[in-house]
Amino acid sequence: MGHFVIVGILVILMTVLTYIGLDAVGLATKMHKVVASAQAIPIDQLWHWEVIVISFLFSLIVVPMAYSLVVFRQKKGEMLDGEHMEGNSNLEIAWTVLPLITVVVFAYLGAYSLGEVRRIDPDAMVVNVKAQQFTWTFEYPEYGFFSTELHLPVDRQVVLKMESADVIHSFWVPEFRLKQDVVPGRVTEYRVTPILEGRYKVRCAELCGTSHAYMESAVIVDSPEAYTTWVTEQIKIAAESQTPEGQGKLLATKNGCVGCHSIDGSPLTGPTWFGLFGSTVTLADGSTVTADEAFITESILDPNATIVEGFPSPSVMPPYALTDEEIANLIAYIKTLK
Amino acid sequence: MKGFFSSALWRGLIWQVIGTLIGAGLVTGIRALMGLTATDTFFFTEPAWVVGAFLGVLFFIGGSGIASDWFKWARGMDTPEHHEDQHTGWQKFINISLDHKVIGIQYTLVALVLIAVGGTFALIFRTELAASELQFLTTDMKLFGQNGPQLYNTLMSLHGMVMIVSILLGISGIINYVVPLQIGAHDMAFPRMNAFSYWIAVPAAVILLSSLFLGGFDTGWTGYPPLSARAPVGMQMFFLGVFTAGWSSILSALNVIATVIRMRAKGMTAMRMPIFIWAAIATSIIALTATQFIGLSFQLVMFQRLLGMGFFDPAKGGNPVLFQHLFWFYSHPAVYVFILPGLGVVSELLPVFVRKPLFGYRWIAMSSLGIALVGFVVWAHHMFTSGMNEYLRVPFMYSTLLVAVPTGVKFFSWVATLWKGKISTPTPMLFVLGAIVVFLMGGLSGPPNATVSTDLHLHDTYFIVGHFHDTIFGGFVFPFFAAIYYWFPKATGRKMNETLGKIHFWLMTPSFFVLTFGMMYIGLLGMRRRIADYDPALGMDSTHLILTIAGFGIALSVLIFFYNLFNSIRNGEKAEGNIWNSRSPEWQVASPMPAHNYEKPFEVVGEPYDYGLKDGGYIKFIESAKGKHG
Repeated sequence: MGHFVIVGILVILMTVLTYIGLDAVGLATKMHKVVASAQAIPIDQLWHWEVIVISFLFSLIVVPMAYSLVVFRQKKGEMLDGEHMEGNSNLEIAWTVLPLITVVVFAYLGAYSLGEVRRIDPDAMVVNVKAQQFTWTFEYPEYGFFSTELHLPVDRQVVLKMESADVIHSFWVPEFRLKQDVVPGRVTEYRVTPILEGRYKVRCAELCGTSHAYMESAVIVDSPEAYTTWVTEQIKIAAESQTPEGQGKLLATKNGCVGCHSIDGSPLTGPTWFGLFGSTVTLADGSTVTADEAFITESILDPNATIVEGFPSPSVMPPYALTDEEIANLIAYIKTLK
Repeated sequence: MKGFFSSALWRGLIWQVIGTLIGAGLVTGIRALMGLTATDTFFFTEPAWVVGAFLGVLFFIGGSGIASDWFKWARGMDTPEHHEDQHTGWQKFINISLDHKVIGIQYTLVALVLIAVGGTFALIFRTELAASELQFLTTDMKLFGQNGPQLYNTLMSLHGMVMIVSILLGISGIINYVVPLQIGAHDMAFPRMNAFSYWIAVPAAVILLSSLFLGGFDTGWTGYPPLSARAPVGMQMFFLGVFTAGWSSILSALNVIATVIRMRAKGMTAMRMPIFIWAAIATSIIALTATQFIGLSFQLVMFQRLLGMGFFDPAKGGNPVLFQHLFWFYSHPAVYVFILPGLGVVSELLPVFVRKPLFGYRWIAMSSLGIALVGFVVWAHHMFTSGMNEYLRVPFMYSTLLVAVPTGVKFFSWVATLWKGKISTPTPMLFVLGAIVVFLMGGLSGPPNATVSTDLHLHDTYFIVGHFHDTIFGGFVFPFFAAIYYWFPKATGRKMNETLGKIHFWLMTPSFFVLTFGMMYIGLLGMRRRIADYDPALGMDSTHLILTIAGFGIALSVLIFFYNLFNSIRNGEKAEGNIWNSRSPEWQVASPMPAHNYEKPFEVVGEPYDYGLKDGGYIKFIESAKGKHG
């Protein structure tokens, strides 16, 4: 029995040490140091229970292994066999049934936790999310404006109705813990109750193409006052953008153009719009062309008609079937970018 | 080198190239006549490449001569029952042989080549990840028609699939070599089909790797549409390569099952088979019945691209999530295809080096079947965030967690086997012990992904990457190395260098722990899978640098292994007897094994792992039999 007592003590010791070790790197009680949503609380709780059981099971296997390796080692030059011990049905039944019970308990806890996470508030605010290579666009249907940043009021449940224009994307904010794919052809739902004010980022978590790594947008959890101020501001901007330039800017946001075409000259997936209008553009075949109305219109309707030097061929941009008026507005907006 | 240019391998590859050109040329000609575009970025159009690649496989089969016996039979000609190998030395391995031992080694060699290729891909993108921002895979650079981030995606995706094919070939290698020896058969049940299963994997690997040069693909190894429906033509080569490799898997699984059912030695009842045979059977059942699904799902996307059939195109009434169901219905059981033989190797070698019976033989045998069966009903746990019906998530959570039970039985039984043994730790045993601990880490990091709510955070992050590298290294890579160190003397009559083996182990194991624990750590902090660049604001640059160094540590250890392997073939210490003092049949005769295995048939007279009993072995050779059989 001596061996069992020692191993038993060591297992307990090792369990505690493993847990302390994981806690020291900040992984034991929380999956991520920032807890920014109500949903993160039951998720972290489940994680914590799992970490405790994992620490124990890890020790339960590793300690007797290490102990055997040290104590039951073949001495140098020894050629002995071990004890003839073929098995023990009671033990086998025990280590089948006990894990089975553990597993069922955890499945129950998991289902319970999922239930908490998916708890529906009938007064939840709705934001429509449109994902496309490689941008996020947020529409506030209550007020009728679009934004490239997601602003949310603290302590109020929001339901994001998400649609994709092209391939599968995935909406993930680590501080919220939640992730939901955005699938073309259907609307998926992301329900979250932010509880901590701050600036976070939504990052696309499903490989969606070349610039997948950069498909990020700001997610800002505001105090109710700050949120109201922001909304008022956005409504004002939307009202002011009745000019062609303003409409064009709105269109560029809504269609996600600015995800690939920067407005400040920085290099992104596509050519920048900064100083584009009227400039001389070198094409992939070496010829040059002036970026006038005709050139820009052609590039919108058929991105493959010409390829600007240094950009991939065929173009990664899908053709956009915009109306003449929309194109005129867009060009009016591009003209302002100097 | 003269031998090389007259080998079946060379002929096959040359004919594959010719076949590809003929097929592609034919389609191009037809397209030109029909007034369709005849050429594209990579010279041929996509349909031309696909038909060409497909024809290339057929030409490889014809050119290498792997199917010629069947053609002869079809024409009513006779062929000898056994072909004696025409070649000796290394040339045996690049020519057609029907000997299961040669085929086993052929499989293993190609698996090692692919491990080196897939590992090199990993080193390239791991180096890119050493710091945030793009280092050398920048948007300005251009290679094979891809800029840096596109090349990153291609290498990352190919790393996945090349390693998977390498693993499938690796397990076929061990199974082919060991199974007939352990059950006392003179060969596999269908030697020609066995050779065919191996040779079809060669053109498959060529097509798969060709995707790198045809624009690559940016979908990861999962190839989810609609992204895979838009990717460059390399995507099609990926699909076709995997489709072709699937044939190898299916046919060799069929062969293993038939061999084990029909060709066991006298007295070898189900519960007296070596434990590795149980693992081989369990893995073959999955490979035989599930591989079709990945082939089918990839074929559907191929047809969507080529023929405009909108299986997964929502605009045409298709459903992208359906692909994921089809894909994971194979690809989850597939991970059990990878690990079951490895766990079988662990159970097989443990008693030899512990000098004690395998604790709970029947339970371990049944747990392999249990894992295989439960493995079929867990696939949708890869899809908790996919947008499939919400309520499906709960039953799949239950079934997934259930896998822990048979897996736990294995762990507990291994620990009980070690308990009060007389343990020695030569290199194979070190890798067995490493396998247990690494697989334990993989097993324990699994449940947080299985419980849905925690998975909402973990899905598609580096936590998952760390988790599955643990399961695959513990379930396949460590046992694969253990198996090579253990059976190398059987195949060559020489031992691999023990010191280099230990250096390999003690360099690889800690590096690997650092790598996967670090991956899980940054995953929790917000590191997504499959990205070439990450936000420096996440503050994980230094961790990434450590991971890259650890990755190079593993690569260095594998280089040492390669040196040891090839050096020991000529210079290793002679080891012709039962060097591990094993009870297993293959070690009761001298090494290397003669061409048709046992001179005399044997019968099973005891239990396979009765170490510690003074009297009675596992098998007894039947003296009265009239020499060679079969």
